[in-house]
Amino acid sequence: MSVQSPPAARTEAPAPVQKIEPAEKWRRLLMAPSVVPLLLWMIVPLGLTIYFSFIHYSLESPAGNFGFVGLQNYQFLWGDYRFTTAILNTIIFLVSVLVITVVVGVLLAVLYDQDFPGKNIAMLLVIAPFFVMPTVTAQIWDRLFMDPIYGVIAQFLQAIGLPPIDWLQSYPLLSIIIMVSWEWIPFSFLILVTALKSLDQEQKEAAAIDGAGSFTLFRRIVLPHLEKAIGVVVMIEMIFLLSIFAEIFTTTKGGPGDASTTLAYLVYSLGINQFDAGIASAGGILAVILANIVSFFLVRMLAKNLRQNA
Amino acid sequence: MSKSALAKLGFAVLGWFIGALFFFPIFWIGVTSFKSESDAATASLIFQPTLDAFVGIFSGTDYFLNVRNSILLSFGSTILCFILAIPSAYRMAFYPTQKTQSLLLWMLSTKMMPAVGVLIPIYLVWKWLHLFDTVIGLIIVNALMNLPIAVWMAYTYFSEVPKGILEAGRIDGATAGQELWHLLRPMTMPGLSSTALLLIILSWNEAFWSLNLTGHDSAPLTAFIASQTGSQGQTLAALSAASLLAIGPIMIMGWFTQKQLVRGLTFGAVK
Repeated sequence: MSVQSPPAARTEAPAPVQKIEPAEKWRRLLMAPSVVPLLLWMIVPLGLTIYFSFIHYSLESPAGNFGFVGLQNYQFLWGDYRFTTAILNTIIFLVSVLVITVVVGVLLAVLYDQDFPGKNIAMLLVIAPFFVMPTVTAQIWDRLFMDPIYGVIAQFLQAIGLPPIDWLQSYPLLSIIIMVSWEWIPFSFLILVTALKSLDQEQKEAAAIDGAGSFTLFRRIVLPHLEKAIGVVVMIEMIFLLSIFAEIFTTTKGGPGDASTTLAYLVYSLGINQFDAGIASAGGILAVILANIVSFFLVRMLAKNLRQNA
Repeated sequence: MSKSALAKLGFAVLGWFIGALFFFPIFWIGVTSFKSESDAATASLIFQPTLDAFVGIFSGTDYFLNVRNSILLSFGSTILCFILAIPSAYRMAFYPTQKTQSLLLWMLSTKMMPAVGVLIPIYLVWKWLHLFDTVIGLIIVNALMNLPIAVWMAYTYFSEVPKGILEAGRIDGATAGQELWHLLRPMTMPGLSSTALLLIILSWNEAFWSLNLTGHDSAPLTAFIASQTGSQGQTLAALSAASLLAIGPIMIMGWFTQKQLVRGLTFGAVK
C-alpha cells in the first residue's frame, strides 16, 4: 500500500505541523482500487517489454531463452527491411489519416455550425461511423465496397464504363487509410464542432459587420479559435492510430508483401505469428517511445487545463 | 427568396448530402442483410427482400456464444471499472490534496500507452495466468483500459456537486455511505449513466485485445466478424446481417452519448 499513500500533504506556509486526522487515513485508502491496478497495468507489462527486448526469447524453440543479448534485437530490427517498410508505412498512414480527418473535420464543423432544417439528424448520420466496430468497418469496406467484382465501387465504375479497381491488392495502404479515415472523421468532427460552439457569436457578428468576408472570418477567427481543439484531436488520434490493428488484420494481413504492414502489425506478426518475443518487444518499445513524445505534449496541455479549472 | 434563405437551403442540401454519404456504408449493410445471397453479389437496389440471412445466423452454431461474450465483456468491464473508479473519484473530488492533480494526470497518462507496446507481455502473462481465451481475462483488460476515463468522468461529475449540500448533510449527521447514496447518487446519476454507456460502447467495439487474447470460446462479436472470411462474393448477406446486429444497438446508444464522448475522450480539454 506504500504506493498510494503519499507523504503527509504539505500545509500552507506559516501553519504549524498539521496532524493528519484519522478519517484522512481511511480516505487515502480510497485511492488504492484505481491506483494499484493502473500501476500494475502500466509498470509490469512495460517492464517486461523492456526486459524481453534485451534477451533472446523465442516462443517456439525455448533453447537459449532468457539469455541477455544486449542491443541485438534492436540491431536486427534496424537491419530488417520489414522494419524500415513498417516505419515508413506507419508515417504515411499516420500523416494521411491525421491530415484527412482534421481538414475534413474542420470543414464539416463549419458546415454543421450553420443552422438548417434537420441539422441534428444529418449530424447523427455523419457521426455514425465512429460507433461501428473496427472489424465490421474492415469487412464491409473490403467485401461490400472495394471488392473488384462484387464491390459497389467496382460495379459503379463499370456502369459508367471505367475499369474496376482491385483496391486492397493495388492500393493496400490507401485502402486502409480510407477505412480508418471514415471511422475517425466523425471523431475529429464531433470535437471540433463542440469547440466551435463555444466561439462567441457576437465576435463573429462584429467581424461580419466590419466587412470581413466569410473566408477572412474563417481564417482570422474560426481557425485560431479551433487551434487548441485541433491540437487535441491530433494528439489523441496519434495515440489511437499507433495501435491500429484490426483493420489490417481483417483485410490485408499486412500485405501484399509488406505493403500495408505498420509498426503495430509488425510487432504482432513478429511476436505472435513468428514467435520471437524478443524482437517483437524491441518493436513495441519503439512504439512506446513514439507515443510518449506525443503524450508529453498532451499531458502538459491537460495539466494547464486542470490548473485553470481548479 | 432572400439571400439568407437561399444560403440556408444550400447548407441544408450540402449538410444532408454529406450525412447521407457518410452513412451510406451502414445503410448498405442494412440493405444487403435483407437480400438473398445471389442478390447480395450485385449492387442493385431492386430485389426481393428476404430474412434468410438472419435465419441463417440464428440457426448457425456460434453466433449466440459471441453475442453473449460481447454482452458479458462490455457490461462486466463497465461494472468492474466503476467499482474501481468511484472511490478514488469521490476522494479526489471531495477531499483533494496537493497530490490530487498530479495523480489525476498520471492516471490519464496511462491511457496514452499504445496497446502494441505491451502486447507481447500481456499475451504471455495472460497465458501463464490462464486468462487467455477467457471472458474474464478480456473483462480485466477492458476495465483497466477504460479506468482512467471512468475516474476522470466521475471526478468531473462529483466536482460539479455544490460543496454546501454535502456539508449540510454532514451537519445533519449523515454517514459517508448515506451521503453517497442519498445525496450524490441522485445528483450524479445522469452523468454517471452516460459515462457507463460510453464505457459499454468502447469495450463493445474494442478489437485490438479481443483479436489477440481470445480463441473460440471467448470470442466476442468483433473477433467473430473478423473471422468471417468466405470467398469473394459469397456469404455477403450473412456477413451483412451479422454486422448489422453487431453495430445496430451500439450505434443507437452512441447517438445518446455524444456529449460524454467528447468529454471522456478528450479528458476535458475540449468543452
